[in-house]
Amino acid sequence: MSNEAVLHGAATSHDAHGDHHHEHHHHETFISKYVFSMDHKMIAKQFLITGMVWAVIGGLMSVLFRLQLGYPDTSFPWLEDLLGKWWAEKGHITAQGYYALVTTHGTVLVFFVLTAGLSGTFANFLIPLQVGARDMASPFMNMLSYWFFFTASVVMLSSIFVETGPFSGGWTAYPPLSALGDASPGSKTGMDLWLVAMALFVVSSLLGGLNYIATILNMRTKGMSMTRLPLTIWALFFTAVLGVLSFPVLLSGFILLIFDRNFGTSFYLSDIFVNGVGALPNEGGSAILFQHLFWFLGHPEVYIILLPAMGMVSEILSVNARKPIFGYMAMIGSLFAISILAFLVWAHHMFVTGLNPFLGSIFVLLTLLIAVPSAIKVFNWLTTLWRGNIRFTPGMLFAIGFVSLFISGGLTGIWLGNSALDIHLHDTYFVIAHFHIVMGVASMFGMFAGVYHWYPKMYGRYLNNTLGYIHFWVTMIGAYLIFWPMHYEGLAGMPRRYYDYSIWESFKNFVELNKFISTVAMIVFATQLLFLLNFFYSIWKGRKVTSQNPWGSNTLEWTAPINPGHGNWPGEIPEVHRWAYDYGKDGREFISQVEPIGADESHH
Amino acid sequence: MSSSNLNEPKRIHPHKFTLWVAMGSICMMFAGLTSAYIVKRNQDNFLQFDLPKVFWYSTMVILLSSFTIQLAVKSFKAREMGRYRSLITITALLGVAFAALQVMGFSNLESHGIKLTGSGSNAAASFILVIVGLHMLHVLGGVIVLLVTFVRAFATRTRNYNSAPIEIVSTYWHFVDVLWLYLLVFFMWIR
Repeated sequence: MSNEAVLHGAATSHDAHGDHHHEHHHHETFISKYVFSMDHKMIAKQFLITGMVWAVIGGLMSVLFRLQLGYPDTSFPWLEDLLGKWWAEKGHITAQGYYALVTTHGTVLVFFVLTAGLSGTFANFLIPLQVGARDMASPFMNMLSYWFFFTASVVMLSSIFVETGPFSGGWTAYPPLSALGDASPGSKTGMDLWLVAMALFVVSSLLGGLNYIATILNMRTKGMSMTRLPLTIWALFFTAVLGVLSFPVLLSGFILLIFDRNFGTSFYLSDIFVNGVGALPNEGGSAILFQHLFWFLGHPEVYIILLPAMGMVSEILSVNARKPIFGYMAMIGSLFAISILAFLVWAHHMFVTGLNPFLGSIFVLLTLLIAVPSAIKVFNWLTTLWRGNIRFTPGMLFAIGFVSLFISGGLTGIWLGNSALDIHLHDTYFVIAHFHIVMGVASMFGMFAGVYHWYPKMYGRYLNNTLGYIHFWVTMIGAYLIFWPMHYEGLAGMPRRYYDYSIWESFKNFVELNKFISTVAMIVFATQLLFLLNFFYSIWKGRKVTSQNPWGSNTLEWTAPINPGHGNWPGEIPEVHRWAYDYGKDGREFISQVEPIGADESHH
Repeated sequence: MSSSNLNEPKRIHPHKFTLWVAMGSICMMFAGLTSAYIVKRNQDNFLQFDLPKVFWYSTMVILLSSFTIQLAVKSFKAREMGRYRSLITITALLGVAFAALQVMGFSNLESHGIKLTGSGSNAAASFILVIVGLHMLHVLGGVIVLLVTFVRAFATRTRNYNSAPIEIVSTYWHFVDVLWLYLLVFFMWIR
């Protein structure tokens, strides 16, 4: 009944318990089908492609600043022709250009690619299909969610072209740098645009998140109890809960920042002297307050990025190992534990801000506790693979790659979670290495795994496998070659965010290493273009999917037609009789969720 | 939550449920702001002053509007459409009146020399502006939704028997009412 209430709108309150006809013959124009679409599958594709555009822009930015870090003494005259004087002068990336690139790279990758591009895509695509719903709880809000994201994108993109440049004070936007237009060129118009874009982005995330939660809890098909849900849905559910509870706090932090910037209040500002301007009248503010508000979102944000990848990886590993996921309930429990702990550890980003050391020790304990659910997940993934009949599809490879990266990056988290070690390691390349591996690249791998695995459902065609294998191996090896050496640089005390390390005597031994990292970064970036080529070529020219269930998977999306219309299933929504992981049971390779339990079937 | 029982035929309307989650989200924003207020209050240089008296009048106005919207839902269900229309009109007007009174409260503070913004302003007063102002925007958002409902109520071509939209609006309206009571108590308690 809930499904009908949504798709048929508010036309009637006579709750029809009987069978409505389920065919939907909309008159679809180009605009209503591809632009202002309310079909969750089209919105998912919009999120994915916008996210991919941002990934290219953000990735290209990292190549540009790696060019500066790897080759500080080499002149590239074409850079000035390409980017102009503000960004590159005499063949070198300028200092202001460098900081603008680093800041925009961070903001774009964290929010626009790995939040909107990842959970926006797969929550939209998979939730209705895997829980057995015709669409989201509110398709209209879902559409708004995308268009708020799109508007945020346009505003953020426009900030790159303003005269004073985009915001350049780091993606965390700490005041006073972000609050004072006189503090740096990027803190002028660039910061205004940054704040507007981020506010729009928060609205987009909230609209999306509300919908995901309502859909998962209210719109499941008959027989789909919460414990029969695939782990993708559980992960996307906790992601949405984290977003809905933490983004508003970020917004409140931003609102106070806007008042400090534009209305002369003193929430974050106190006793400041700006060179060339003089002493400011602001008194009594505290910059640390912003950090508390920011990291109260900022830490859950890490899990907003990571959980969808974890969920998809669980599903893909199980399908392609032809084995049930190991410890289904433990997987849900650990997702739950991670979500709770995510709200209790924000101060570990602030160990060196003058935080009370006793308070710090509590945050150390809570931070290290996250290792427990994380380890449970890792063991369950490994035991799912153990003695599996593994099919090494590109999606599977990326899923296994995710597990590898999550282990490598997670272990360094144990180092950084200690407040004593953090005195030495904070703001060094060790931190860069840690979060890029565990959050950045790992989640990117989850996203790739998802794209390769669900591409046949999205477009009714396959991606090219050979290109997929090249893409995987170069990215996997490249990711380790880029970020592994950074651990050593960080341990040696090399600070992050510096423009040129070659002038420091203590870091001169890293000149060749930096060159190496930059070179690999360029190769890996070029390989991603191969993926883009594969993606767009295959939409029109890829090998056609001929069977409804190409992976032999149990979940509901593979019971829908190869190219499902708006409403997903012609006729009745299938009823669910079992959990999603009956692989290799009673001598059968897989048993779909829609198949009733047989009389002589063994208990799972 | 209603999710556990699958055989139950009547589940909560998904839009109503979405509203409840959204209210949780709004709560988090005000929790963020009020806890920031507590953090600041414990630092030096936090100005002490009395809340403007006009906030009491606005409290009465918003409590009254909660009452009228509840009556509106009742009359919608009883199909007394004339009464329903006038009641949502009154509710919307009370919402606007509430916002006007809050603005009067701000100017009241300013006229007593307590600067809310600009040079010489104190965070204690700026917090009142930001938190009360944001709450006011949420009330005005409710007024806009009421206007949409209002237009729908006068569209006589189609008959509307679905009470879910007005119930959603009224739940939200009660929510901003309770939120205001919380903020008022908070500001009185924690000076």
